[in-house]
Amino acid sequence: MATTAVDVRHRPHERKDLWWLEPTVIVVVLGLFVLYSIYAGLVGTNYYYDPYLSPLYSPCLSANCVHPTLPLIGTYWNLSPAILIVAFPLAFRVTCYYYRRSYYRAFFWSPPACAVPDARKGYAGETRFPFLIQNLHRYALIFATALLIFLWWDAFGAFNFNGHFGVGFGSILMLANVALLSGYSLSCHSLRYLVGGYLDSFHGKSLRFRLWSWANTLNARHARWAWTSLIVVASTDLYIRLLAMGVLTDPRIVF
Amino acid sequence: MDVERHEYDVVVIGAGGAGLRAAIEAHALGAKTAIVCKSLLGKAHTVMAEGGIAAALGNVWPEDNWKVHFRDTMRGGKLLNNWRMAQLHAQEAPDRVLELEEWGALFDRTNDGLILQRDFGGHRYARLAHVGDRTGLEMIRTLQDHAVASGIDVFMECTLRHLITDGQRVAGAIGYWRQSGGLIAFGAKAVVLATGGVGKAWKVTSNSWEYTGDGIAMALEAGADLIDMEMTQFHPTAMVWPLSVRGILVTEGVRGDGGTLKNSKGDRFMFKYIPDFFRADTADTEREADAWYEDKKNNRRTPDLLPRDEVARAINTEVKAGRGTEHGGVFLDIASRRPADYIRRRLPSMYHQFKELADVDITKEAMEVGPTLHYIMGGIRVDADTAAATVPGLYAAGEVAAGMHGANRLGGNSLSDLLVFGKRAGQAAAEYSKRTPAPRADDAQVGAYAQRFAAPFERGGTENPYAIHAELQDTMQELVGIIRRRDELEEALARLERLRARAARAGVKGSRVYNPGWHLALDLENLIAVSEAVARSALVREESRGGHTREDFPKPDPEWGSKNVVTRRRDGRLVLTTEPLPPVPGELRALIGDDKPGEKVATGSEPAIVGGKE
Amino acid sequence: MTTETVAREVRMKVWRGDATGGEFVEFAVPSDPGMVVLDVVHRIQATHAPDLAVRWNCKAGKCGSCSAEVNGHPKLMCMTRMNEFAPGEEIAVSPVKSFPVIKDLVTDVSFNYEKAKTVPPFKPKPKDPDGKRRMYQEDVERVQEFHKCIECFLCQDVCHVIRDHEDNKRSFSGPRMFVRLAALEMHPLDTNERIDLIRAQHGLGYCNITKCCTEVCPEDIHITDNAIIPLKERVVTAHYDPLAWALRRIRRAGPASPAPPGPQSKEFAAPTPKPPSA
Repeated sequence: MATTAVDVRHRPHERKDLWWLEPTVIVVVLGLFVLYSIYAGLVGTNYYYDPYLSPLYSPCLSANCVHPTLPLIGTYWNLSPAILIVAFPLAFRVTCYYYRRSYYRAFFWSPPACAVPDARKGYAGETRFPFLIQNLHRYALIFATALLIFLWWDAFGAFNFNGHFGVGFGSILMLANVALLSGYSLSCHSLRYLVGGYLDSFHGKSLRFRLWSWANTLNARHARWAWTSLIVVASTDLYIRLLAMGVLTDPRIVF
Repeated sequence: MDVERHEYDVVVIGAGGAGLRAAIEAHALGAKTAIVCKSLLGKAHTVMAEGGIAAALGNVWPEDNWKVHFRDTMRGGKLLNNWRMAQLHAQEAPDRVLELEEWGALFDRTNDGLILQRDFGGHRYARLAHVGDRTGLEMIRTLQDHAVASGIDVFMECTLRHLITDGQRVAGAIGYWRQSGGLIAFGAKAVVLATGGVGKAWKVTSNSWEYTGDGIAMALEAGADLIDMEMTQFHPTAMVWPLSVRGILVTEGVRGDGGTLKNSKGDRFMFKYIPDFFRADTADTEREADAWYEDKKNNRRTPDLLPRDEVARAINTEVKAGRGTEHGGVFLDIASRRPADYIRRRLPSMYHQFKELADVDITKEAMEVGPTLHYIMGGIRVDADTAAATVPGLYAAGEVAAGMHGANRLGGNSLSDLLVFGKRAGQAAAEYSKRTPAPRADDAQVGAYAQRFAAPFERGGTENPYAIHAELQDTMQELVGIIRRRDELEEALARLERLRARAARAGVKGSRVYNPGWHLALDLENLIAVSEAVARSALVREESRGGHTREDFPKPDPEWGSKNVVTRRRDGRLVLTTEPLPPVPGELRALIGDDKPGEKVATGSEPAIVGGKE
Repeated sequence: MTTETVAREVRMKVWRGDATGGEFVEFAVPSDPGMVVLDVVHRIQATHAPDLAVRWNCKAGKCGSCSAEVNGHPKLMCMTRMNEFAPGEEIAVSPVKSFPVIKDLVTDVSFNYEKAKTVPPFKPKPKDPDGKRRMYQEDVERVQEFHKCIECFLCQDVCHVIRDHEDNKRSFSGPRMFVRLAALEMHPLDTNERIDLIRAQHGLGYCNITKCCTEVCPEDIHITDNAIIPLKERVVTAHYDPLAWALRRIRRAGPASPAPPGPQSKEFAAPTPKPPSA
């Protein structure tokens, strides 16, 4: 069977293993998360169950909020307050180096798996708009990390049951959520660069060396932080939603 | 068949450490220079070097200096070295190492930010500049990048097989492109041979397919002298199991970093094999040996780090005495002596190699190791200062050249040898090319060689070149191995004659395009020619010294200790003579010491225990 | 130690052909314990197909010559053990696909050597006043990871930017070259400027960090995380970050710092006295 010169290079790949499994799992998990958060973000109800505020709605910036964090926006805002803040975590995740790897593979199929051909003919990578915007990931990092302050505030508030210290399942979930989100932020590639990676020599710069080494250690598990924090954010919202809807009751001990 | 032609001032054959360094120097001096290599650039055997580059930088032990390095080299070589080469090497190695740093190399560091140095066999002080256990890779990549940045022309996957001569002098070289099979000839005022050794003549070897003795055979054919071809180094530690990896090197750095050799009874047997010649420098108790790693002033070196010839013979003897491992080696244990993370940090590629190829975790278990043919100390006779061979216009540097290492090379002295004499060869070749008129490359010669390249296709031979090669390897392994005997060497020569006749009938299938069968058929000629030089030289030298051990002459003989065995080709036949070594000047002799190696060596033929301690 | 003790026969399909085309040819040869794919290829050469073209040198994973694709996975043949495959499992060995086939398993990898010529070389800063060079382990370690590269070009093979899009070879140099560029850029002594070249000429922006290069690297170099992404961040600072741009403008215009420290000023630094000759 003779083939042409072009065919020699572009003959079908020879992978016989389950190369499609990883992209499929990513499509399913990421897809479910996106669908769920669109629903949960737009519905505009059931995002607060005292003292728990859903992380999708925090900080709650509208005066119409059930539990406003900072009522910066007047009562004229009729839409879901989640819309006011969704851009920040969304931009952070969309421009994240790890998520880029995953959605370019799973959704763009460029490539779907290693040594499996690209789905499309032309390819210019991140050299053109809109993908050029990926280069501003560090700004997304700064905004998303700033929002973490509110989430930590909410997490501590989740242990305050009408002035009494207590621990509910929701308190633990909210604490875990913000801890994972912080891990995800602190393991960011851009942060690793900003705290010291830009240097060529660390000698005599021990603080930046220590920060950079620390960021390196966290960064090695960036993918794990990315997935666990994603799943826990959605789970936290879902849990609070189900409490607010009266489907679940929150096990708690109040002192 | 058409022959592609090129003209250069200097053609360097081989792109390992010596070839690259020579080309860089020749090019820097303004000579029009080409590098021609059989593999892709950067794949030469230098890349396999693990342990380090020996140079008396004195960063770890300020007591170290070139004089100590010179002494170690001469004693390690059992005083058969060309003293001038050993002196130049010891004096210039530090500059050559620092030069690599100027070109971007990154050696491991001391706490003060200087180049860290490690212990190795036969070296009085920790002396080897290194990068973990991949020093050769660092060195070749640094030289490669520097050569490419300098704009030197590189001819990759191009085999040069014959020197073209103009009367007595060298006029160029001819060979073929491996990729296309097309012939290519270089006219050159000077040729630098940096082709390495001939390890592929043996079955158990650390060498790659490239080590077919090309440079040695080409020089011999062109009328140059070879010396001490019997001096072959069996590296004591290579993998022995599984079979398919037998011979792959296990760096001496394992012992330099604290590993120790043990037999199947668990004894650290090296203490039984300390020769008198090294007794004053070597620890005789395990306590002192272990303390030496930390305190070199008050303790003597562990016998695990005796020169390679001593260790290889000791392992051979232990195995023959029935104290070997299941697969015919001995144990090399660092797992029980150093923490796991230290081992992984200092010896990453050893860790990787054993894990991947043998399912052995060297941080948990001992390695099984045994000797492997690693290096040839003999080779082309050169002038110490210029690396010039005995044929005008021909230069040789690195493993292909002889004299520097005498009867046995110390670990780490090879990489520094490549740099020191690579530079000197490049310089001398460039200078020669400036003062000499262009030679004339004779078309008749080119035509005759072109015929020889075509012959394997045209003669319709039926012999399989791979089968002939395998038999050659068996022959050299069995009969010209670590321990040699007259009758076996004579048998080897008889077999080599038969193999030569069969090689002349080797047949080739397919086209000229990237045809390894054809390449091997041509290589066989070189392999057999150089093997014959080794076997004949081994027959001539009736003593045991360094890399040459004769069961029938188990002692070093002071008479032989002052002679080189010289091999030449005259009228198509090898002619062997002995010639006196250049005498060492008085002030240098004082550095070496007056004692000479004298006692019987361990040949494994009897359960004799050398050194009188059991 | 887990070793098979009984020799068995293995069947292997090897791609045979040249630039004009080819096909898989199946061979059956006896297998010994501990064998790697390259051993089987050699055995096929010695007994069945003497002209079977294959590159190899060290057979110990140190030289990076024997790159190929085994069942579609870019691998070094010398480091792929036969006992990774189930008995009877089909094993197919083919040449790498990013580069044109010369013959059988050998491809024309000159792309890599041509790109290497366009990398601005190492240019060290002046020596310390005592004539020595000082670098510290914490600084060299980062770059030593990149120096582990054995130039097997498996990362170039698997990189879809050139594997699947031949046109991109003009404007994209591939992961191997980014490892090289990162090694030079992060070298504690180097003073050469390459960041703009990395973006414009070597095409860093084409990389969509899908990490296949990292997955196939036999030396376990974290190509994407430690070489490419830090380079991307440096390119961002030099080229895309508006704040960094503004800061540079202010610093350049500001009266407080008439001679800003920069790579250019380093070049013209006064030479230090030569070390005393030995």
